[in-house]
Amino acid sequence: MMRLWVPLSIIVIWGMIALLSPALSLTPDTIDLTHILVGPDQDYWFGFDELGRPIADRLMTGAKTSFVVSLSVVALGIIIGGILGISSGYFSGWVDQIFVRIVDIMLAFPGLLLAIALAGALGPGIENVVLALVIVGWVGYARLARGQVLALKHADHIVAAQALGASSWRIMGRHLLPLITAPLIIEASFGIASAIIAEAGLSFLGLGVQPPQASWGSMIRDGTRYMLVAPHLVLIPGLTLMAVVLAANLLGDWLRDWLDVKEPKKMR
Amino acid sequence: MSALIGLLGVISLVFFLIHMIPGDPIDVMLGESALTADREALRQGLGLHLPLYEQWWNYLTALSQADFGHSLFSGRPIVDLLLERIPATLHLGAMALLVAIIIALPLGVLAATRQHSLYDYGSMGFALLGISIPNFWMGPLLILVGALWLGWFPVSGQEGWNAVVLPALTLGTAMAAILARMIRSSLLEILGEDFLRTARAKGLSPMKAIFIHGLPNALLPVLTLLGLQLGGLLGGAVITETVFAWPGLGLLMIEAIQQRDYPVVQAAVLCISMTYIFVNLFTDLLYAWLDPRIDWQNPA
Repeated sequence: MMRLWVPLSIIVIWGMIALLSPALSLTPDTIDLTHILVGPDQDYWFGFDELGRPIADRLMTGAKTSFVVSLSVVALGIIIGGILGISSGYFSGWVDQIFVRIVDIMLAFPGLLLAIALAGALGPGIENVVLALVIVGWVGYARLARGQVLALKHADHIVAAQALGASSWRIMGRHLLPLITAPLIIEASFGIASAIIAEAGLSFLGLGVQPPQASWGSMIRDGTRYMLVAPHLVLIPGLTLMAVVLAANLLGDWLRDWLDVKEPKKMR
Repeated sequence: MSALIGLLGVISLVFFLIHMIPGDPIDVMLGESALTADREALRQGLGLHLPLYEQWWNYLTALSQADFGHSLFSGRPIVDLLLERIPATLHLGAMALLVAIIIALPLGVLAATRQHSLYDYGSMGFALLGISIPNFWMGPLLILVGALWLGWFPVSGQEGWNAVVLPALTLGTAMAAILARMIRSSLLEILGEDFLRTARAKGLSPMKAIFIHGLPNALLPVLTLLGLQLGGLLGGAVITETVFAWPGLGLLMIEAIQQRDYPVVQAAVLCISMTYIFVNLFTDLLYAWLDPRIDWQNPA
């Protein structure tokens, strides 16, 4: 039970904070020069940063940033990758051939590298981070969906639906999609974990959200300058980030066992 | 052949993505207040007035002669910039790989040979932690402990023999986590094989049987996956080099992004991606060479 409830509650808390953060009357940007670099104490559990801003409030707005980015990246990636992958696998032929080539080329890049270059070229901002990560991320879902469809499309119920004269779109939407949702959901939970890391990484490099907006990645970057005097500036956002990523990974592992999907074979 | 097509695709993709981005490189070079005549002259000089496909063709032909163009920022040939930075990245990459193997091999073997034991859970817990700790947090943590508190290693830069330790650990542990998982599952698959039972039956100790007969067979599939994982390593190198101010290709790329020096960004991305493609090609060849069952003359 531990395996499910601990990570699940971390993810739920993360999501709740992200969704409720506008209503919490946080003051992440309020500068208080009397509190510069003050460490955690009993009133303020997380202390203050180099401008005297409350770290707890910045953590919570950072949660919103990571939530919005990772959810949009994964949702857009699944929609684009799913549609392209399913239709490519179902129709096959030359469209499929070209599709496989494109996917191969996209996979020939180190993904994070391409995202960094794209985010750098597009300029900073939360929309550009999402765009860069979607351009890199849809490929994984597309490959997965295509592979699943290829394995399923000669199944009896598909042949029966074809014999009954169902349209291709109906078959793909009603008869194939439900069967491949399980692996896609599992992939998505790992996708959330890597999108959180990617967003924080881009913000760490200064290519993500812009100051004063808070992101866990930029909090870590700003904190490294004061590490000797105030290590909590780096430790607290890092631990938070790690906890959420770990929870998403654990949830993915749990889902894979629960839905009993075999680990997808790495394709070359 | 497919590596060549992949290479061409990678070059073209980077080219078109960089050129689709709004903004005029001329503005970057001359500033927005420059005279129209000057701007036009520079545009003609750089060939930026040509249609996109012609620019693409010119870029390809120049590339085939190892001409990456000039930096917009410093005006130096990009080839020189790349050649300056490649050794540092190679150094870091090799050390990180070494760290990864040193950590992952014992963990993977221990986890596989004592499946469902505390060792197994411990190793796999470490692996899960390893993929969940981003290197832009791992790096500062190591700096805090190894450089600021203990004072054993320099905080950043490339001075001194021990400067590579912290960045290599940062990059290597992330890779070790994935590698340990691979070694474990690959070893688990062959543990029940006949040749291992034979090795045990002729009197080898369990550990000897694993290391002499088990590992060479288990590591073959790991090798291919290792090549693929290198992509993650190279992407991570960009962040790690930034954390430690390690003067490699990754840092070059970040500097170029900050200076809006697009030809250099483009060249750095290409250089890193090409390394990735060639490493994968190389591991495929190495795999075939190491595995005598693959017949070169009559591929199945």
